[in-house]
Amino acid sequence: MAKIRDMIPAFELLQPTSLEAALELLDEHREEAWVLAGGLDSFDWFKDRIKRPSVVVDLGGVPELTGITDIDNGVVIGAMTSLTEVERHELIRSEYSVVSEAARHVATPQIRNQGTLGGNVAQDTRCWYYRSGWPCYRAGGNTCYAAAPQAMNREHCILGRSRCVAVNPSDTAPALIAVDAKMIVENSGGPSVYDAEDFFIGPAIDITRMTVMKPRDLLTRIQIPATWANAEFYYEKVRDRGSWDFQLVSVAAAFRKSGDVIQEARIAVNGVAPYPVRVEAAERIVAGTSGDEETANAAGEAAIEGARALRHNDYKIAMMRNLVRRAVRSVA
Amino acid sequence: MNLWRTDNNPWGEEVLIGISWDLMWLAIGVAVLFLIGHAVWLRTRPAETHEVPSGPEAAAVPEKIERHSLGARVFHWIMSVAMLALLVTAFAPVIGWQFPWVTLHWIAGVLLIATVVYHIIHAIGWQDFWSMFRIGASEGAAHVRHILSSKAPAPPKAGKYAFDHRMYHHAIVVTTLSAIVTGVLMMVRIDTPFFTRNPYLFNDATWGIMYVVHGLSGVALIVLVAAHIYFAVRPEKRWMLWSMINGFIDREKYLEHFDPRKWDVSGGSTPSAVEGGSGALADASVSARRDD
Repeated sequence: MAKIRDMIPAFELLQPTSLEAALELLDEHREEAWVLAGGLDSFDWFKDRIKRPSVVVDLGGVPELTGITDIDNGVVIGAMTSLTEVERHELIRSEYSVVSEAARHVATPQIRNQGTLGGNVAQDTRCWYYRSGWPCYRAGGNTCYAAAPQAMNREHCILGRSRCVAVNPSDTAPALIAVDAKMIVENSGGPSVYDAEDFFIGPAIDITRMTVMKPRDLLTRIQIPATWANAEFYYEKVRDRGSWDFQLVSVAAAFRKSGDVIQEARIAVNGVAPYPVRVEAAERIVAGTSGDEETANAAGEAAIEGARALRHNDYKIAMMRNLVRRAVRSVA
Repeated sequence: MNLWRTDNNPWGEEVLIGISWDLMWLAIGVAVLFLIGHAVWLRTRPAETHEVPSGPEAAAVPEKIERHSLGARVFHWIMSVAMLALLVTAFAPVIGWQFPWVTLHWIAGVLLIATVVYHIIHAIGWQDFWSMFRIGASEGAAHVRHILSSKAPAPPKAGKYAFDHRMYHHAIVVTTLSAIVTGVLMMVRIDTPFFTRNPYLFNDATWGIMYVVHGLSGVALIVLVAAHIYFAVRPEKRWMLWSMINGFIDREKYLEHFDPRKWDVSGGSTPSAVEGGSGALADASVSARRDD
C-alpha cells in the first residue's frame, strides 16, 4: 500500500483566471505542468509523493470552464463543472438522465461537490501497483506487476490489455459515450473535438496516458448533442461497497425506440478495459429488435467476445455479460 | 545525454529499465552524418577505375551470372520488411507517432526469426557458408589504406562477398542475434500465444540488462540499416540492388568487381584457366554455380 505522508512536495502553484491564461501556462510549462481540477486524483498522487510536478496549474479560478449551457443542438458542460451540478441539473436530469445518473454514482456527496466532470473522465487509473509507485509500464518502467501469475488483479481488465492491465475508473465516461458526447480539448494551437469513445486510449496506443490529452492540452468542455436527448437510458454500476467505491463493472446505454422496436442503441461498459468499451457488436444485435430475452442474451454474449480473465477477475466476464443483458432487458 | 534509464524496483533497489532514448537520437544523428559525410567524401575522390580483363577468358564468362538465387532474394526482402517493421514499431512511438505497436513489433520479430532460421539452414546446407566468414586481414588493411589515400593501390578484387560486405554481415549478425535473443525472452513479459506471461522469469537486474542490450541492438540497427539502404541506392552500387531484385549481374560487372579465382562462375574449370592465363574462364553455355 502507498505510504501516506503529512506533507506534499513543494511545487509552484499557478492560478490563471482565464482560459487563455491557463492555456498559455500549459504551453509554457508543458511536461512540467500538472493540471489541477477538483484535486481528488491529484492530491492522492502528491501526498503519496509519487508524482512530483514542479508546476501545478489550478483551474479553479477559470470561469469559462464551469457551468452548463443549453444550446440549440444539445448541451455544453464546462469541464470544471462539479459532479453535483451535473447530477442535479434539471436539463441533464430530464433529457440526458444517464449522465446525471452516472454522476450520482461517483463516490460520495462530498467528493461530488469537489470533483469535476472533466476530472472524472480524465483521472488516472487506480491500479494499486501503479498508484503505489512501482516502476510498471504505465509509470515508464518495463513490468506489469498486476499481470504476473502471482498478482492480485481482481479489479483489473478482461479486455483491451496490452502489457498494462489497469482499468479506467471513470463512472461518467460510459454515460458520455452512450450519449455520443464530444470532448473539446484545447491547447494554444486551438481546439480539437473528439468523440467520447475516441477520447480514451488504451495502453496499446500509449501506455502512459489514459486519454488523448498530451502536455499543453486541456479538456475544456463536453458537448452532448441533442441526438440522444430523451432516449431511453440505462445505467448500472456494480461495486464492492455501495456507499463509496470505484466500479468493478458499470454499464451505460441509450436506446432510441419506435414503438416497441429499438431503432438504434449505444452501449458502453467501463471497468473491464484500460478504456471505456463501446460494445458495438451488442448494439448491432439489439437494433431492430424489441430487446427481448433472446436478444438480451445474445447481446450479453457478444459483449464479452474476446474477453480474457486474469488470475482473480474471471467474475468480471459474467458481470459484464449480465450488465449488458440487463441494459437491453430494461427497454423490452 | 543519458545512456540508460533506471528506476527503483519494489524492493527499493535501483535497476536498469532500458536505454535512454537520447541514444536513438544519437543513432539517427550518426546515420545522417555518415550518409552526408560519405557522399561528400566520395565527391572529393577521383573516380574509381577497375581493371577489366579482356580476351577469350572474359568472353567466355556467361553474359548473365546468377548472384542471388530466388530463395536468397525472397529471404532478403522478407527480412528487410521484418527489419523495417521492427525499427518503425520500436522507434516511431518514441518519436511521437502513436499506434498499437507492441503486437506489430513481436509479430515482425517472429517473422525475422523465421527468416534468420531459414537463412542459417540455407547457408549451411546449400551455400558456401564459410565464404562469408573469411577474415581477410590483408584485404581489410588494403581497403583501409585505400580509404585513407586515393593514391594507395586499389584493394584486391573480392570473391563473391567483398570485404566491406562481410564486415557489414558480421555487424548485422551480432546486432540482430542480440536483438532476437533478448527479444524472445522479453516476449515472456507480454501477451503472445507462445508463453505464459511471467515478469519474474529473471530478476529485475537481469531483465534490465536484457532491455539495455535489446535497446543498444535496436539503435545500432538504425545506423546499420540506414547505411545499407544508402549504399544500395547509390548510383555506382545500384547494380547490386538490381541483382538482389532479378538475381543476376552482367559479365562486365563481374569482371570489373570480382576475382574469378575467388568466385568461380565456371562450374569448376576457371581457376586453372585463369592461373594459366589461357583458355576459357567458363563455357558460356554453363550457368553460374549458385553459391550465394
